Amino acid sequence: MAAAATCGSVAASTGSAVATASKNNVTSFQRRGRRASGTNDSGPRLVSITGTRPSVRNGQLLVSTGLPALDQLLGGGLAVGTVLLIEEDKYNIYSPLLFKYFLAEGIVNGHTLLVASAKEDPANILQELPAPLLDDKCKKEFDEDVYNHKTPESNIKMKIAWRYQLLPKMEQIGPVSSSRFGHYYDASKRMPQELIEASNWHGFFLPEKISSTLKVEPCSLTPGYTKLLQFIQNIIYEEGFDGSNPQKKQRNILRIGIQNLGSPLWGDDICCAENGGNSHSLTKFLYVLRGLLRTSLSACIITMPTHLIQNKAIIARVTTLSDIVVGLESFIGSERETNPLYKDYHGLIHIRQIPRLNNLICDESDVKDLAFKLKRKLFTIEMCWPPHYSWIHPANYLLRALILLFPLPRTMQIKITTIMSYPSNWCIF
Amino acid sequence: MARRPGTGYLGVVVRRGSTRGLDWRLGPAESGLLGHLAYSQRLTVRSRTERNWLGPSPSWAPQADLFSPRSSHSGGKLTLLCDAKTDGSFLVHHFLSFYLKANCKVCFVALIQSFSHYSIVGQKLGVSLTMARERGQLVFLEGLKSAVDVVFQAQKEPHPLQFLREANAGNLKPLFEFVREALKPIDSGEARWTYPVLLVDDLSVLLSLGMGAVAVLDFIHYCRATVCWELKGNMVVLVHDSGDAEDEENDILLNGLSHQSHLILRAEGLATGFCRDVHGQLRILWRRPSQPTVHRDQSFTYQYKIQDKSVSFFAKGMSPAVL
Repeated sequence: MAAAATCGSVAASTGSAVATASKNNVTSFQRRGRRASGTNDSGPRLVSITGTRPSVRNGQLLVSTGLPALDQLLGGGLAVGTVLLIEEDKYNIYSPLLFKYFLAEGIVNGHTLLVASAKEDPANILQELPAPLLDDKCKKEFDEDVYNHKTPESNIKMKIAWRYQLLPKMEQIGPVSSSRFGHYYDASKRMPQELIEASNWHGFFLPEKISSTLKVEPCSLTPGYTKLLQFIQNIIYEEGFDGSNPQKKQRNILRIGIQNLGSPLWGDDICCAENGGNSHSLTKFLYVLRGLLRTSLSACIITMPTHLIQNKAIIARVTTLSDIVVGLESFIGSERETNPLYKDYHGLIHIRQIPRLNNLICDESDVKDLAFKLKRKLFTIEMCWPPHYSWIHPANYLLRALILLFPLPRTMQIKITTIMSYPSNWCIF
Repeated sequence: MARRPGTGYLGVVVRRGSTRGLDWRLGPAESGLLGHLAYSQRLTVRSRTERNWLGPSPSWAPQADLFSPRSSHSGGKLTLLCDAKTDGSFLVHHFLSFYLKANCKVCFVALIQSFSHYSIVGQKLGVSLTMARERGQLVFLEGLKSAVDVVFQAQKEPHPLQFLREANAGNLKPLFEFVREALKPIDSGEARWTYPVLLVDDLSVLLSLGMGAVAVLDFIHYCRATVCWELKGNMVVLVHDSGDAEDEENDILLNGLSHQSHLILRAEGLATGFCRDVHGQLRILWRRPSQPTVHRDQSFTYQYKIQDKSVSFFAKGMSPAVL
């Protein structure tokens, strides 16, 4: 039976691009193997691709998302072969930034880009990418920038909550060389034209493609999604990201960026109607995309206006089918804009899901209350007060001081934590 | 407490006089709690004189016969794995490694992750999926790879994931045919494998791919008739509980399967939120016990922490980090 042959035996059928991938073992979930330097290996080493590094936990190949702070929260970076889903903020101001950081990181590392959008021409998106901070001459302006925005309170040593001072900072700020993993970008400047022209990129602009005569396979997806899947599969196959072209010595990563997926511009009505006719289109698309990514050296970022989706069940299904889900919540227009706790920040960032790849556990960050701010040049993510936290009972300070001064036996400590009702992730005992 | 060889037991280690509660590891098949739940014919629950940390409950003692070796392995069991607000995939990895070690023929329909993912985790738990596949013990349907094949290339023969090409929701008959073909006993005479097992990772994905809840329930019904009743094997399926996301189709599927299953393992996140030392809570519900004297479903709740190669369970509030 064909099905048994596909999955049962290791010798896959010929002529299938995916099958050759399994033959050559180019799936992205491969441990970093140690090869002797003298041997003439026909398969290029995965480690030697620029802009990637193996994960500390399981040797998984990682790429940077363009934001070193976000990389740290995700356990080192975005794993090759996975999808990073960004739930857009309400007015779509900050999610295009994360999208552009991802693409800019690809250009700086020399990866191939695939930009898909139904709203903007991909060429225009690439023109607006932020410039990387590479040179030392920027370092002086950089230091001034950081100094000006430093608040006076941060210089005071913490007296009561001294344990928080021992926590590592969210990121280490500083300009870096181009060979490092993860770069910093200046949001106020544009990427130099020569870098964009030197890069290899493919654009998918839906209004252009929908009228052209690409052979469309019968499927129940919306035509826009079908064409996009065809396009992605063509690029992966033709440029050998799935190992179908073993003569290529230099392996590279394909960075796929899909903007505003699920919006009405893609022909999908999940943002307009609660039980539309195409309610499975988006989830089917994500499933087939996941299949394509798992068998090729690519990483994908998708921004999705989940706040517009009428049917909440679809959001749950989309979350299951994506690997990393990050939600952005900006303070513009909400009552939190005037909240004194948030005066330094522009919004909250929620890491909703982190995948468990090749492992029973994952690298979840302990800190769940994170806020972001966009300074003149940098997009930073920092720990902040949790959203429901409005007032701290003064007895908290007294009790914590007492406990730090007079260590209590453990059974008593448990009693004390249960009296005070504050979120569990603030428990420092 | 030392484990006497020859008698399987529930893996309960009661340390008398200490404040530590139950602590058993989800490691080797013979001593794992869940292993015993599934592999009921090898169990002997310790006699009633043993003190149980949960307190002497009058209903526990008669149910010591629940897993007595006298009850033969009559018909298979359907185990439902359910996760709500957390990731229950560690249960799937456990059952996969357990059944492979128990020398069963396993058909694994893996719809959500790739083969190498399960293979690498399986190596940590002590089984080699590649070797099992080569010697014919494991039949692995890799959903992601097959979906790409089906969608982009026209298939000549019926493919288990044929429904991806169809416009309106069909039925899962090709998938059932695949399972039946994979688990049917070989007529070579020698019985290499003990009994067949069907494992499905993530039935909720089928709903996302356009199948209706009723079609999925039909598929499970057909599989149960073949695997559990005809071939006397076991079935283990994983379904996500969407909770307050109001996924009606998922709720229909979950309720329907809960009604049919013999054992429900429900992994939930803690109600108080994220905790580094306690990853979640596992509720175990036995339904349809084999003895007619038992008239009540049994239910237990334990909290767990997942480590690199094992999972440790403890009673509620008894996490080693807190004590």
